[in-house]
Amino acid sequence: MSTGDARPAAPAAKAPARGSYQPKRKAASLGWLVPAVAVGGLLPVAVMLWDAYTGALGANPIQRATLQTGLLTLTLLVASLACTPLRLLTGWKWPARIRKSLGLLAFGYAVLHFLIYLFDHGFSLGVMFDDVLKRPFVTVGFTALLLLVPLALTSGKNSVKKLGFQKWTRLHQLVYLAVAFGALHYYWGVKKDHVPPLIYVGVIAVLFAMRFIKRKPTKKTGAGKINPA
Amino acid sequence: MSNTPDDNQINPSEINPEERRILVPGSPINPRREFLRSAALFTGTVAALGGGLEVLTRRPGVGSAEAQGTDFAQASRPLGPYDTKEAVTSYQQATTYNNFYELGTDKADPARNAASLKPRPWTVKIDGEVKKPQTVDIDTLQSWFPLEDRIYRMRCVEGWSMVMPWLGFPLAGLIRRIEPTSKAKYVQFTALLDPKMFPGQKSNVLDWPYVEGLRLDEALHPLAFMAVGLHGKVLPGQNGAPLRLVVPWKYGFKGIKSIVKITLTEKMPKTTWALAAPSEYGFYANVNPAVPHPRWSQATERRIGELGRRKTLPFNGYADEVAGLYKGMDLRKNF
Repeated sequence: MSTGDARPAAPAAKAPARGSYQPKRKAASLGWLVPAVAVGGLLPVAVMLWDAYTGALGANPIQRATLQTGLLTLTLLVASLACTPLRLLTGWKWPARIRKSLGLLAFGYAVLHFLIYLFDHGFSLGVMFDDVLKRPFVTVGFTALLLLVPLALTSGKNSVKKLGFQKWTRLHQLVYLAVAFGALHYYWGVKKDHVPPLIYVGVIAVLFAMRFIKRKPTKKTGAGKINPA
Repeated sequence: MSNTPDDNQINPSEINPEERRILVPGSPINPRREFLRSAALFTGTVAALGGGLEVLTRRPGVGSAEAQGTDFAQASRPLGPYDTKEAVTSYQQATTYNNFYELGTDKADPARNAASLKPRPWTVKIDGEVKKPQTVDIDTLQSWFPLEDRIYRMRCVEGWSMVMPWLGFPLAGLIRRIEPTSKAKYVQFTALLDPKMFPGQKSNVLDWPYVEGLRLDEALHPLAFMAVGLHGKVLPGQNGAPLRLVVPWKYGFKGIKSIVKITLTEKMPKTTWALAAPSEYGFYANVNPAVPHPRWSQATERRIGELGRRKTLPFNGYADEVAGLYKGMDLRKNF
Protein backbone atom coordinates (compact mmCIF):
# COMPACT_ATOMS: atom_id res chain seq x y z
CA MET A 1 0.00 0.00 0.00
CA SER A 2 1.17 3.49 -0.72
CA THR A 3 1.96 5.67 2.20
CA GLY A 4 1.83 8.74 0.04
CA ASP A 5 -0.68 10.70 2.10
CA ALA A 6 1.39 13.74 2.95
CA ARG A 7 -0.55 14.61 6.05
CA PRO A 8 1.77 14.55 9.03
CA ALA A 9 1.03 12.07 11.71
CA ALA A 10 -0.66 14.70 13.83
CA PRO A 11 -3.30 12.36 15.19
CA ALA A 12 -0.51 10.41 16.80
CA ALA A 13 -1.26 12.44 19.90
CA LYS A 14 -4.67 10.80 20.21
CA ALA A 15 -3.60 7.66 18.43
CA PRO A 16 -4.87 4.53 20.03
CA ALA A 17 -2.59 1.96 21.48
CA ARG A 18 -1.41 -0.37 18.80
CA GLY A 19 -3.74 -3.22 18.19
CA SER A 20 -6.84 -1.46 19.45
CA TYR A 21 -9.18 0.58 17.27
CA GLN A 22 -11.57 3.41 17.64
CA PRO A 23 -14.79 2.10 16.16
CA LYS A 24 -16.70 5.31 16.90
CA ARG A 25 -14.37 7.49 14.89
CA LYS A 26 -14.51 4.90 12.12
CA ALA A 27 -18.28 4.62 12.31
CA ALA A 28 -18.74 8.33 11.86
CA SER A 29 -16.56 8.41 8.77
CA LEU A 30 -18.57 5.61 7.13
CA GLY A 31 -21.95 7.26 7.51
CA TRP A 32 -22.24 7.63 3.75
CA LEU A 33 -21.71 3.94 3.06
CA VAL A 34 -25.11 2.36 3.66
CA PRO A 35 -27.07 5.12 1.85
CA ALA A 36 -24.63 4.81 -1.05
CA VAL A 37 -25.20 1.06 -1.25
CA ALA A 38 -28.96 1.58 -1.16
CA VAL A 39 -28.87 4.17 -3.96
CA GLY A 40 -26.35 2.21 -6.05
CA GLY A 41 -28.27 -1.00 -5.52
CA LEU A 42 -31.52 0.57 -6.66
CA LEU A 43 -29.95 2.33 -9.64
CA PRO A 44 -30.78 -0.65 -11.93
CA VAL A 45 -34.50 -0.11 -11.22
CA ALA A 46 -34.23 3.46 -12.49
CA VAL A 47 -32.28 2.35 -15.55
CA MET A 48 -34.79 -0.45 -16.21
CA LEU A 49 -37.70 2.01 -16.07
CA TRP A 50 -35.79 4.32 -18.39
CA ASP A 51 -35.06 1.38 -20.73
CA ALA A 52 -38.73 0.44 -20.69
CA TYR A 53 -39.64 4.03 -21.59
CA THR A 54 -37.12 4.32 -24.43
CA GLY A 55 -37.75 0.82 -25.76
CA ALA A 56 -34.24 -0.37 -24.90
CA LEU A 57 -35.74 -3.38 -23.13
CA GLY A 58 -36.32 -4.71 -26.64
CA ALA A 59 -39.22 -6.48 -28.28
CA ASN A 60 -40.04 -8.58 -25.22
CA PRO A 61 -39.66 -6.20 -22.27
CA ILE A 62 -41.31 -8.52 -19.73
CA GLN A 63 -38.82 -11.25 -20.51
CA ARG A 64 -35.89 -8.81 -20.19
CA ALA A 65 -37.17 -7.42 -16.91
CA THR A 66 -37.70 -10.93 -15.55
CA LEU A 67 -34.19 -11.95 -16.55
CA GLN A 68 -32.55 -8.83 -15.18
CA THR A 69 -34.31 -8.82 -11.81
CA GLY A 70 -33.40 -12.49 -11.42
CA LEU A 71 -29.76 -11.78 -12.22
CA LEU A 72 -29.78 -8.82 -9.83
CA THR A 73 -31.09 -11.04 -7.05
CA LEU A 74 -28.37 -13.60 -7.62
CA THR A 75 -25.60 -11.01 -8.02
CA LEU A 76 -26.56 -9.15 -4.83
CA LEU A 77 -26.88 -12.38 -2.88
CA VAL A 78 -23.40 -13.36 -4.00
CA ALA A 79 -22.13 -9.88 -3.06
CA SER A 80 -23.66 -10.24 0.41
CA LEU A 81 -22.00 -13.63 0.77
CA ALA A 82 -18.66 -12.14 -0.25
CA CYS A 83 -18.73 -9.65 2.64
CA THR A 84 -17.49 -11.92 5.40
CA PRO A 85 -14.68 -13.57 3.42
CA LEU A 86 -13.61 -10.14 2.20
CA ARG A 87 -13.52 -8.79 5.74
CA LEU A 88 -11.54 -11.76 6.97
CA LEU A 89 -9.10 -11.63 4.08
CA THR A 90 -8.44 -7.91 4.17
CA GLY A 91 -9.27 -6.86 7.68
CA TRP A 92 -11.57 -4.19 6.30
CA LYS A 93 -14.59 -3.45 8.42
CA TRP A 94 -16.86 -1.92 5.83
CA PRO A 95 -17.96 -5.18 4.17
CA ALA A 96 -19.68 -6.21 7.38
CA ARG A 97 -21.58 -2.92 7.42
CA ILE A 98 -23.13 -3.35 3.99
CA ARG A 99 -23.93 -7.06 4.19
CA LYS A 100 -27.45 -6.50 5.46
CA SER A 101 -28.17 -3.83 2.83
CA LEU A 102 -26.97 -6.13 0.04
CA GLY A 103 -29.10 -8.97 1.40
CA LEU A 104 -32.19 -6.78 1.62
CA LEU A 105 -31.61 -5.44 -1.89
CA ALA A 106 -31.36 -9.03 -3.14
CA PHE A 107 -34.64 -9.86 -1.41
CA GLY A 108 -36.27 -6.78 -2.94
CA TYR A 109 -35.20 -7.85 -6.42
CA ALA A 110 -36.38 -11.41 -5.74
CA VAL A 111 -39.83 -10.06 -4.85
CA LEU A 112 -39.82 -7.83 -7.93
CA HIS A 113 -38.79 -10.83 -10.09
CA PHE A 114 -41.68 -12.82 -8.63
CA LEU A 115 -44.16 -9.96 -9.16
CA ILE A 116 -43.11 -9.60 -12.80
CA TYR A 117 -43.58 -13.35 -13.23
CA LEU A 118 -47.07 -13.08 -11.70
CA PHE A 119 -47.86 -10.11 -13.92
CA ASP A 120 -46.66 -12.11 -16.92
CA HIS A 121 -49.24 -14.76 -16.11
CA GLY A 122 -52.05 -12.33 -15.41
CA PHE A 123 -51.69 -12.81 -11.63
CA SER A 124 -53.19 -16.26 -12.07
CA LEU A 125 -52.49 -18.23 -8.91
CA GLY A 126 -53.61 -21.37 -10.74
CA VAL A 127 -50.81 -20.99 -13.27
CA MET A 128 -48.39 -20.17 -10.47
CA PHE A 129 -49.17 -23.24 -8.38
CA ASP A 130 -49.17 -25.38 -11.51
CA ASP A 131 -45.69 -24.11 -12.33
CA VAL A 132 -44.41 -24.43 -8.76
CA LEU A 133 -45.64 -28.00 -8.50
CA LYS A 134 -44.87 -29.28 -11.98
CA ARG A 135 -41.78 -27.47 -13.14
CA PRO A 136 -38.63 -28.04 -11.08
CA PHE A 137 -37.04 -24.86 -12.38
CA VAL A 138 -39.91 -22.82 -10.94
CA THR A 139 -40.04 -24.98 -7.79
CA VAL A 140 -36.45 -24.19 -6.85
CA GLY A 141 -36.82 -20.50 -7.66
CA PHE A 142 -39.94 -20.24 -5.53
CA THR A 143 -38.23 -22.15 -2.71
CA ALA A 144 -35.30 -19.76 -2.82
CA LEU A 145 -37.70 -16.83 -2.49
CA LEU A 146 -39.48 -18.46 0.46
CA LEU A 147 -36.15 -19.10 2.18
CA LEU A 148 -35.25 -15.45 1.89
CA VAL A 149 -38.45 -14.30 3.64
CA PRO A 150 -37.45 -15.21 7.23
CA LEU A 151 -33.99 -13.78 6.61
CA ALA A 152 -35.42 -10.46 5.47
CA LEU A 153 -37.81 -10.41 8.43
CA THR A 154 -34.97 -10.96 10.92
CA SER A 155 -32.46 -8.66 9.31
CA GLY A 156 -32.69 -5.99 12.02
CA LYS A 157 -30.43 -5.67 15.03
CA ASN A 158 -33.37 -6.35 17.33
CA SER A 159 -33.78 -9.78 15.82
CA VAL A 160 -30.20 -10.68 16.64
CA LYS A 161 -30.91 -9.75 20.27
CA LYS A 162 -34.23 -11.53 20.33
CA LEU A 163 -32.99 -14.75 18.80
CA GLY A 164 -29.56 -14.71 20.33
CA PHE A 165 -26.50 -14.42 18.16
CA GLN A 166 -26.03 -18.14 17.66
CA LYS A 167 -29.60 -18.90 16.70
CA TRP A 168 -29.68 -15.89 14.44
CA THR A 169 -26.47 -17.00 12.73
CA ARG A 170 -27.80 -20.53 12.24
CA LEU A 171 -30.98 -19.13 10.73
CA HIS A 172 -29.07 -16.86 8.40
CA GLN A 173 -26.97 -19.73 7.12
CA LEU A 174 -30.12 -20.52 5.12
CA VAL A 175 -28.84 -17.93 2.68
CA TYR A 176 -26.48 -20.55 1.30
CA LEU A 177 -29.42 -22.84 0.54
CA ALA A 178 -31.31 -19.93 -0.99
CA VAL A 179 -28.44 -18.88 -3.23
CA ALA A 180 -27.82 -22.50 -4.27
CA PHE A 181 -31.49 -22.87 -5.25
CA GLY A 182 -31.30 -19.51 -6.99
CA ALA A 183 -28.30 -20.60 -9.06
CA LEU A 184 -30.02 -23.91 -9.91
CA HIS A 185 -33.13 -21.95 -10.91
CA TYR A 186 -30.96 -19.90 -13.28
CA TYR A 187 -29.18 -22.99 -14.63
CA TRP A 188 -32.43 -24.84 -15.33
CA GLY A 189 -34.06 -21.75 -16.76
CA VAL A 190 -31.42 -21.22 -19.41
CA LYS A 191 -32.15 -22.83 -22.76
CA LYS A 192 -28.64 -23.84 -23.74
CA ASP A 193 -25.86 -21.39 -22.93
CA HIS A 194 -24.95 -22.70 -19.49
CA VAL A 195 -21.73 -20.73 -19.07
CA PRO A 196 -23.21 -17.71 -17.24
CA PRO A 197 -25.07 -19.76 -14.60
CA LEU A 198 -21.99 -21.94 -14.13
CA ILE A 199 -19.92 -18.83 -13.40
CA TYR A 200 -22.35 -17.99 -10.58
CA VAL A 201 -22.16 -21.57 -9.32
CA GLY A 202 -18.35 -21.36 -9.30
CA VAL A 203 -18.27 -18.07 -7.41
CA ILE A 204 -20.79 -19.34 -4.85
CA ALA A 205 -18.77 -22.53 -4.35
CA VAL A 206 -15.57 -20.56 -3.77
CA LEU A 207 -17.28 -18.23 -1.26
CA PHE A 208 -18.80 -21.18 0.54
CA ALA A 209 -15.43 -22.94 0.74
CA MET A 210 -13.76 -19.78 2.05
CA ARG A 211 -16.04 -19.86 5.07
CA PHE A 212 -14.39 -23.06 6.24
CA ILE A 213 -10.85 -22.05 5.40
CA LYS A 214 -11.16 -18.78 7.27
CA ARG A 215 -12.96 -20.08 10.29
CA LYS A 216 -9.89 -21.43 12.06
CA PRO A 217 -7.70 -18.35 12.38
CA THR A 218 -10.58 -16.24 13.65
CA LYS A 219 -10.94 -18.44 16.70
CA LYS A 220 -7.39 -17.81 17.73
CA THR A 221 -6.53 -14.46 19.18
CA GLY A 222 -3.41 -12.70 18.11
CA ALA A 223 -2.03 -9.74 16.31
CA GLY A 224 -2.18 -11.46 12.98
CA LYS A 225 -5.90 -12.04 13.00
CA ILE A 226 -7.01 -8.87 11.28
CA ASN A 227 -4.38 -8.98 8.61
CA PRO A 228 -3.77 -12.60 7.84
CA ALA A 229 -2.15 -11.55 4.60
CA MET B 1 6.62 7.95 -1.70
CA SER B 2 6.87 7.94 2.03
CA ASN B 3 6.36 10.83 4.38
CA THR B 4 8.45 11.54 7.40
CA PRO B 5 6.38 11.74 10.54
CA ASP B 6 6.75 14.73 12.86
CA ASP B 7 6.24 12.34 15.64
CA ASN B 8 9.46 10.52 16.13
CA GLN B 9 8.07 8.21 18.74
CA ILE B 10 6.64 5.85 16.17
CA ASN B 11 8.52 4.77 13.14
CA PRO B 12 6.01 4.72 10.22
CA SER B 13 7.06 1.24 9.32
CA GLU B 14 5.76 0.11 12.69
CA ILE B 15 2.26 1.33 11.98
CA ASN B 16 0.37 -1.50 10.46
CA PRO B 17 -1.77 -0.61 7.46
CA GLU B 18 -5.00 -0.95 9.38
CA GLU B 19 -3.99 1.65 11.92
CA ARG B 20 -2.67 3.93 9.22
CA ARG B 21 -6.03 3.85 7.51
CA ILE B 22 -7.72 4.94 10.65
CA LEU B 23 -5.14 7.50 11.58
CA VAL B 24 -4.88 9.24 8.27
CA PRO B 25 -8.27 9.84 6.68
CA GLY B 26 -10.24 12.87 7.62
CA SER B 27 -8.15 14.01 10.49
CA PRO B 28 -7.64 16.45 11.96
CA ILE B 29 -11.37 16.75 11.69
CA ASN B 30 -12.35 19.47 9.27
CA PRO B 31 -16.13 19.42 8.72
CA ARG B 32 -15.97 20.86 5.24
CA ARG B 33 -13.25 18.51 4.15
CA GLU B 34 -15.01 15.61 5.83
CA PHE B 35 -18.26 16.42 4.03
CA LEU B 36 -16.59 16.67 0.62
CA ARG B 37 -14.76 13.46 1.24
CA SER B 38 -17.95 11.66 2.26
CA ALA B 39 -19.78 13.08 -0.74
CA ALA B 40 -17.05 11.88 -3.07
CA LEU B 41 -17.00 8.44 -1.49
CA PHE B 42 -20.81 8.29 -1.62
CA THR B 43 -20.85 9.15 -5.32
CA GLY B 44 -18.02 6.76 -6.07
CA THR B 45 -19.75 3.91 -4.27
CA VAL B 46 -23.08 4.57 -5.98
CA ALA B 47 -21.34 4.60 -9.36
CA ALA B 48 -19.28 1.51 -8.61
CA LEU B 49 -22.13 -0.60 -7.25
CA GLY B 50 -24.79 0.66 -9.67
CA GLY B 51 -22.41 0.44 -12.62
CA GLY B 52 -21.19 -2.99 -11.60
CA LEU B 53 -24.73 -4.33 -11.32
CA GLU B 54 -25.63 -2.85 -14.71
CA VAL B 55 -22.61 -4.43 -16.38
CA LEU B 56 -23.38 -7.81 -14.84
CA THR B 57 -27.14 -7.91 -15.39
CA ARG B 58 -28.31 -5.49 -18.09
CA ARG B 59 -28.78 -6.89 -21.56
CA PRO B 60 -29.82 -3.90 -23.64
CA GLY B 61 -31.73 -4.42 -26.85
CA VAL B 62 -30.58 -2.96 -30.13
CA GLY B 63 -32.05 -0.13 -32.09
CA SER B 64 -32.40 -0.78 -35.79
CA ALA B 65 -33.62 1.44 -38.56
CA GLU B 66 -37.11 0.97 -39.87
CA ALA B 67 -37.14 -0.68 -43.29
CA GLN B 68 -36.79 1.98 -45.96
CA GLY B 69 -38.57 1.40 -49.26
CA THR B 70 -38.90 -2.03 -50.77
CA ASP B 71 -36.41 -4.36 -52.43
CA PHE B 72 -39.02 -6.45 -54.15
CA ALA B 73 -41.53 -4.99 -56.56
CA GLN B 74 -44.84 -5.81 -54.95
CA ALA B 75 -48.25 -5.18 -56.34
CA SER B 76 -50.74 -4.83 -53.53
CA ARG B 77 -52.72 -8.01 -53.51
CA PRO B 78 -55.54 -9.59 -51.59
CA LEU B 79 -54.76 -11.90 -48.70
CA GLY B 80 -54.04 -15.43 -49.85
CA PRO B 81 -55.68 -18.53 -48.42
CA TYR B 82 -52.81 -19.15 -45.99
CA ASP B 83 -52.32 -15.59 -44.80
CA THR B 84 -53.34 -14.60 -41.31
CA LYS B 85 -55.33 -11.40 -40.87
CA GLU B 86 -53.63 -10.72 -37.54
CA ALA B 87 -51.55 -7.58 -37.06
CA VAL B 88 -48.08 -7.99 -38.51
CA THR B 89 -45.06 -7.69 -36.18
CA SER B 90 -43.07 -4.56 -36.98
CA TYR B 91 -39.86 -4.77 -39.00
CA GLN B 92 -38.01 -3.28 -36.04
CA GLN B 93 -39.20 -6.01 -33.68
CA ALA B 94 -38.87 -8.85 -36.16
CA THR B 95 -35.25 -7.91 -36.86
CA THR B 96 -34.00 -7.14 -33.33
CA TYR B 97 -35.40 -10.06 -31.32
CA ASN B 98 -34.02 -13.24 -32.81
CA ASN B 99 -32.79 -16.67 -31.85
CA PHE B 100 -29.84 -17.34 -34.12
CA TYR B 101 -27.06 -18.81 -32.00
CA GLU B 102 -24.60 -18.65 -34.90
CA LEU B 103 -24.70 -14.88 -34.33
CA GLY B 104 -24.83 -15.00 -30.51
CA THR B 105 -27.12 -16.39 -27.82
CA ASP B 106 -28.71 -13.15 -26.65
CA LYS B 107 -31.86 -12.07 -28.49
CA ALA B 108 -30.23 -8.82 -29.55
CA ASP B 109 -26.92 -10.44 -30.63
CA PRO B 110 -28.02 -11.51 -34.14
CA ALA B 111 -28.97 -7.93 -35.07
CA ARG B 112 -25.71 -6.68 -33.57
CA ASN B 113 -23.53 -9.25 -35.34
CA ALA B 114 -25.44 -9.66 -38.61
CA ALA B 115 -22.88 -7.64 -40.59
CA SER B 116 -20.40 -10.51 -40.40
CA LEU B 117 -22.74 -12.72 -42.44
CA LYS B 118 -22.22 -12.13 -46.18
CA PRO B 119 -25.22 -13.58 -48.06
CA ARG B 120 -23.61 -13.13 -51.51
CA PRO B 121 -22.00 -14.98 -53.20
CA TRP B 122 -23.88 -18.02 -51.94
CA THR B 123 -24.52 -21.45 -53.32
CA VAL B 124 -26.89 -24.19 -52.26
CA LYS B 125 -25.90 -27.81 -52.72
CA ILE B 126 -28.70 -30.23 -53.51
CA ASP B 127 -27.85 -33.89 -53.04
CA GLY B 128 -28.95 -37.25 -51.63
CA GLU B 129 -31.92 -39.15 -53.00
CA VAL B 130 -32.62 -36.82 -55.93
CA LYS B 131 -32.47 -37.36 -59.65
CA LYS B 132 -30.96 -33.92 -60.20
CA PRO B 133 -28.17 -33.34 -57.67
CA GLN B 134 -26.52 -29.98 -58.24
CA THR B 135 -24.94 -26.93 -56.68
CA VAL B 136 -26.89 -23.83 -57.55
CA ASP B 137 -26.27 -20.13 -57.04
CA ILE B 138 -28.81 -18.50 -54.73
CA ASP B 139 -29.90 -15.97 -57.38
CA THR B 140 -30.44 -18.74 -59.93
CA LEU B 141 -32.40 -20.79 -57.39
CA GLN B 142 -34.53 -17.76 -56.57
CA SER B 143 -35.21 -17.14 -60.26
CA TRP B 144 -36.74 -20.61 -60.68
CA PHE B 145 -39.88 -19.54 -58.87
CA PRO B 146 -42.16 -16.53 -58.86
CA LEU B 147 -41.85 -14.88 -55.45
CA GLU B 148 -44.94 -15.03 -53.27
CA ASP B 149 -45.65 -13.42 -49.96
CA ARG B 150 -47.07 -15.23 -46.98
CA ILE B 151 -48.18 -13.74 -43.68
CA TYR B 152 -47.56 -16.50 -41.17
CA ARG B 153 -47.70 -16.78 -37.42
CA MET B 154 -44.34 -17.77 -35.92
CA ARG B 155 -44.36 -19.45 -32.51
CA CYS B 156 -41.06 -19.86 -30.67
CA VAL B 157 -40.61 -22.84 -28.35
CA GLU B 158 -39.72 -20.31 -25.64
CA GLY B 159 -43.30 -19.04 -25.45
CA TRP B 160 -43.38 -15.95 -27.65
CA SER B 161 -44.75 -15.39 -31.12
CA MET B 162 -44.73 -12.98 -34.04
CA VAL B 163 -46.62 -12.47 -37.29
CA MET B 164 -44.15 -12.47 -40.15
CA PRO B 165 -44.75 -11.23 -43.71
CA TRP B 166 -42.36 -13.50 -45.60
CA LEU B 167 -41.37 -13.41 -49.25
CA GLY B 168 -40.25 -16.56 -51.00
CA PHE B 169 -41.56 -19.69 -52.64
CA PRO B 170 -43.20 -22.92 -51.50
CA LEU B 171 -40.74 -25.66 -50.60
CA ALA B 172 -42.84 -28.18 -52.55
CA GLY B 173 -41.93 -26.49 -55.85
CA LEU B 174 -38.22 -26.86 -55.13
CA ILE B 175 -38.57 -30.50 -54.03
CA ARG B 176 -40.51 -31.40 -57.18
CA ARG B 177 -37.98 -29.64 -59.38
CA ILE B 178 -35.05 -31.65 -57.99
CA GLU B 179 -37.05 -34.89 -58.38
CA PRO B 180 -36.78 -37.10 -55.30
CA THR B 181 -36.01 -40.78 -55.93
CA SER B 182 -38.38 -43.44 -54.64
CA LYS B 183 -36.08 -43.90 -51.63
CA ALA B 184 -36.45 -40.33 -50.42
CA LYS B 185 -38.45 -40.11 -47.18
CA TYR B 186 -37.00 -37.02 -45.47
CA VAL B 187 -35.52 -33.67 -46.34
CA GLN B 188 -32.45 -32.57 -44.42
CA PHE B 189 -31.35 -28.93 -44.36
CA THR B 190 -27.85 -27.86 -43.38
CA ALA B 191 -26.86 -24.30 -42.47
CA LEU B 192 -23.56 -22.60 -43.21
CA LEU B 193 -20.55 -23.63 -41.14
CA ASP B 194 -18.13 -20.70 -41.10
CA PRO B 195 -16.92 -19.19 -37.81
CA LYS B 196 -15.76 -16.08 -39.69
CA MET B 197 -19.27 -15.29 -40.83
CA PHE B 198 -20.85 -16.86 -37.76
CA PRO B 199 -18.87 -15.78 -34.68
CA GLY B 200 -21.23 -17.82 -32.49
CA GLN B 201 -19.77 -20.98 -34.00
CA LYS B 202 -16.54 -20.32 -32.09
CA SER B 203 -18.47 -21.48 -29.03
CA ASN B 204 -19.72 -25.05 -28.87
CA VAL B 205 -23.09 -24.12 -27.39
CA LEU B 206 -24.61 -26.27 -30.17
CA ASP B 207 -23.13 -28.89 -32.47
CA TRP B 208 -22.34 -26.98 -35.68
CA PRO B 209 -23.46 -26.77 -38.40
CA TYR B 210 -27.14 -26.40 -37.56
CA VAL B 211 -29.19 -29.19 -39.13
CA GLU B 212 -32.96 -29.44 -39.47
CA GLY B 213 -35.30 -31.76 -41.27
CA LEU B 214 -38.83 -32.55 -42.35
CA ARG B 215 -40.67 -35.65 -43.40
CA LEU B 216 -41.12 -35.58 -47.19
CA ASP B 217 -44.90 -35.19 -46.91
CA GLU B 218 -44.42 -32.27 -44.52
CA ALA B 219 -41.98 -30.66 -46.94
CA LEU B 220 -44.48 -31.05 -49.77
CA HIS B 221 -47.28 -29.40 -47.79
CA PRO B 222 -48.24 -26.07 -49.38
CA LEU B 223 -47.65 -24.21 -46.08
CA ALA B 224 -43.94 -25.20 -45.97
CA PHE B 225 -42.06 -22.23 -47.36
CA MET B 226 -38.57 -21.06 -48.30
CA ALA B 227 -38.11 -17.39 -47.44
CA VAL B 228 -35.73 -14.95 -49.12
CA GLY B 229 -37.38 -11.75 -47.95
CA LEU B 230 -39.26 -10.12 -45.08
CA HIS B 231 -41.50 -7.04 -45.04
CA GLY B 232 -40.81 -6.51 -48.75
CA LYS B 233 -37.07 -6.39 -48.10
CA VAL B 234 -34.26 -8.83 -48.79
CA LEU B 235 -34.02 -11.14 -45.77
CA PRO B 236 -31.70 -9.52 -43.17
CA GLY B 237 -28.78 -11.56 -41.85
CA GLN B 238 -30.30 -11.92 -38.39
CA ASN B 239 -33.42 -13.53 -39.90
CA GLY B 240 -31.44 -16.11 -41.85
CA ALA B 241 -30.20 -14.56 -45.10
CA PRO B 242 -30.11 -15.49 -47.85
CA LEU B 243 -32.40 -18.51 -47.64
CA ARG B 244 -34.34 -19.97 -44.72
CA LEU B 245 -37.04 -22.49 -44.03
CA VAL B 246 -40.44 -21.45 -42.65
CA VAL B 247 -42.74 -24.12 -41.21
CA PRO B 248 -45.48 -22.14 -39.49
CA TRP B 249 -47.16 -25.04 -37.66
CA LYS B 250 -43.90 -26.00 -35.95
CA TYR B 251 -41.82 -24.27 -33.30
CA GLY B 252 -39.50 -21.62 -34.66
CA PHE B 253 -36.28 -23.61 -34.24
CA LYS B 254 -37.38 -25.87 -37.12
CA GLY B 255 -37.02 -22.84 -39.39
CA ILE B 256 -33.34 -23.32 -40.18
CA LYS B 257 -31.55 -20.19 -41.40
CA SER B 258 -28.77 -19.50 -43.92
CA ILE B 259 -29.17 -22.85 -45.71
CA VAL B 260 -26.26 -24.15 -47.81
CA LYS B 261 -27.37 -27.74 -48.38
CA ILE B 262 -30.60 -29.61 -48.99
CA THR B 263 -30.33 -33.39 -48.85
CA LEU B 264 -33.09 -35.90 -49.51
CA THR B 265 -32.62 -38.90 -47.24
CA GLU B 266 -34.07 -42.31 -46.51
CA LYS B 267 -33.54 -42.01 -42.77
CA MET B 268 -34.80 -39.40 -40.35
CA PRO B 269 -32.17 -36.63 -40.10
CA LYS B 270 -30.49 -36.03 -36.76
CA THR B 271 -31.48 -32.47 -36.03
CA THR B 272 -29.50 -30.02 -33.91
CA TRP B 273 -31.84 -29.24 -31.00
CA ALA B 274 -33.08 -32.83 -30.79
CA LEU B 275 -29.44 -33.91 -30.41
CA ALA B 276 -28.64 -31.14 -27.92
CA ALA B 277 -31.56 -31.88 -25.57
CA PRO B 278 -33.50 -34.96 -26.69
CA SER B 279 -35.94 -34.79 -23.78
CA GLU B 280 -36.86 -31.18 -24.59
CA TYR B 281 -36.90 -30.93 -28.37
CA GLY B 282 -38.15 -33.57 -30.78
CA PHE B 283 -37.90 -34.04 -34.52
CA TYR B 284 -41.51 -33.06 -35.12
CA ALA B 285 -41.72 -30.01 -32.82
CA ASN B 286 -45.31 -29.29 -33.82
CA VAL B 287 -46.77 -26.41 -31.82
CA ASN B 288 -48.88 -28.13 -29.18
CA PRO B 289 -50.35 -26.36 -26.12
CA ALA B 290 -51.18 -29.76 -24.58
CA VAL B 291 -47.57 -30.96 -24.47
CA PRO B 292 -45.50 -28.81 -22.13
CA HIS B 293 -41.80 -28.28 -22.51
CA PRO B 294 -40.21 -30.10 -19.53
CA ARG B 295 -39.34 -26.72 -18.00
CA TRP B 296 -42.27 -24.53 -18.96
CA SER B 297 -45.85 -24.67 -20.14
CA GLN B 298 -46.67 -24.29 -23.83
CA ALA B 299 -50.31 -23.42 -23.12
CA THR B 300 -49.82 -19.68 -23.66
CA GLU B 301 -47.56 -17.34 -25.56
CA ARG B 302 -46.72 -13.67 -25.67
CA ARG B 303 -47.28 -12.06 -29.02
CA ILE B 304 -44.35 -9.66 -29.39
CA GLY B 305 -45.69 -6.15 -28.98
CA GLU B 306 -48.34 -7.22 -26.48
CA LEU B 307 -47.97 -7.25 -22.69
CA GLY B 308 -50.41 -10.02 -21.86
CA ARG B 309 -50.42 -13.61 -23.02
CA ARG B 310 -52.70 -15.37 -25.45
CA LYS B 311 -53.64 -19.01 -25.73
CA THR B 312 -51.44 -21.12 -27.96
CA LEU B 313 -53.37 -22.99 -30.66
CA PRO B 314 -52.74 -26.59 -31.73
CA PHE B 315 -50.40 -26.58 -34.75
CA ASN B 316 -50.11 -22.84 -34.19
CA GLY B 317 -53.60 -22.35 -35.59
CA TYR B 318 -52.92 -24.38 -38.76
CA ALA B 319 -54.59 -27.59 -37.52
CA ASP B 320 -57.19 -27.59 -40.31
CA GLU B 321 -54.43 -27.66 -42.89
CA VAL B 322 -51.85 -29.97 -41.33
CA ALA B 323 -53.39 -32.15 -38.61
CA GLY B 324 -54.04 -34.83 -41.24
CA LEU B 325 -50.30 -35.33 -41.69
CA TYR B 326 -50.13 -36.80 -38.20
CA LYS B 327 -53.20 -39.03 -38.16
CA GLY B 328 -52.73 -42.00 -35.86
CA MET B 329 -49.54 -40.61 -34.33
CA ASP B 330 -49.12 -40.12 -30.59
CA LEU B 331 -48.15 -36.47 -30.50
CA ARG B 332 -47.08 -36.73 -26.87
CA LYS B 333 -44.41 -39.21 -27.84
CA ASN B 334 -43.61 -37.57 -31.15
CA PHE B 335 -43.24 -34.10 -29.70
